[in-house]
Amino acid sequence: MKTAGVIIVFLFGGLLVYGTLDFPDWGDPDAPASRHVSPRYIEKSLEETSVPNMVTAVLADFRGFDTLFETVVIFSAGLSCFFLLRTKRKAPEARFYRHLPTGIVLRIEKGGRLPEGSVEFERIDSIWVPHDLIIRATCRLLIPFIQLFALYVIAHGHHSPGGGFQGGVIFGAAFILYAVTHDLRDGLHRLGEKITIVLCSLGVFIYAGVGALCLFLESNFLDYAALAPVLGVDPVTARSHGILFVEIGVGIAVMAVMFAIYTNLSSVGKQDEGL
Amino acid sequence: MTEWIAFIVTKYNYWAYISLMMIGLFAMIAKKNLIKKIIGMGIFQTAIILFFISIGAKKGATLPILYHGHAHGDAAVRAAAYINPLPHVLMLTAIVVSVATLGVALSLAVKIFQRYDTLEEDQINLTKYPFRRNVPENKEE
Repeated sequence: MKTAGVIIVFLFGGLLVYGTLDFPDWGDPDAPASRHVSPRYIEKSLEETSVPNMVTAVLADFRGFDTLFETVVIFSAGLSCFFLLRTKRKAPEARFYRHLPTGIVLRIEKGGRLPEGSVEFERIDSIWVPHDLIIRATCRLLIPFIQLFALYVIAHGHHSPGGGFQGGVIFGAAFILYAVTHDLRDGLHRLGEKITIVLCSLGVFIYAGVGALCLFLESNFLDYAALAPVLGVDPVTARSHGILFVEIGVGIAVMAVMFAIYTNLSSVGKQDEGL
Repeated sequence: MTEWIAFIVTKYNYWAYISLMMIGLFAMIAKKNLIKKIIGMGIFQTAIILFFISIGAKKGATLPILYHGHAHGDAAVRAAAYINPLPHVLMLTAIVVSVATLGVALSLAVKIFQRYDTLEEDQINLTKYPFRRNVPENKEE
């Protein structure tokens, strides 16, 4: 198997190296990739969409269908993680509670539970969890700024590097950081499983809904210029605003999917104890 | 001699990506452990992403964001002054999709480990434990 693998890999690599002999030089301004459609994107994106960041303009406007279905791919990846891993919630064998004032850990057998509203006990995972005061305090300070930065990346994607995908990932990472530094139950308390799944579909719905709205306003699917009478602006600015709506949808979907994948993977589908 | 050096300098980026791609492909073909296969897939994806980004490069051009934004005014935008935005768009989505596919691959690996107690490909015995973990939990095995 190893030898066969080496032979296949070197055959493949040799063919590709042979192919590169006909490739354009690195950084050649006249390379075929830079000659046909790309000059039009560069020269017309500000004029037609009022967005200085060409990547955003191409992503959400000129190639809107591509991005719509990329979002659907991410959505279905989140759903397939859920369907592959999620198990029915059942009472665990034993639960562990730490008495906060004394630090004593109680092991409560199956079926037993603490009285509701007891504030002196903290449920901990069955693997050993240290008192991580510094980590928790640091993240408590850090997470609001990470989330603010994520919103900035989404909202400022028209003028600087950024957009829905990047901002959504940063936002999801903030929630994952919270779930890592506290525990999974605290993370799920902030962003529950049902809300996550609703947000996944809401993001895709916003994207497809903006496209469908253009259809109802007697234009093509995802032709944001048709939104001009609704928004009360000229068609070029309407395209810029349409890109923003779409990016918000993408951001919501990506954020929710990242957190859904994390919670399902780290708890092996139990959504109870995890990293 | 100098023409050889010029040839290497204009093409070596492609060769670097091809060697990365070969490493990833070898891991996917020859490694027995499923996690190592997933890592190989990640290396392969990275090679493709680098390849696309290097296609978009232009000598003497800057990144594809108009310098003064709306204050740029009516001045004509020269295509030669900005690198090609299209590969960046494609790879932007590809990176996020690769994270999502990594999640799916890892959850499949988790399911395989739950059912066969191993991630080594040659130790997965399909006939020995056909439905081992699918019995209801309250029944004793």
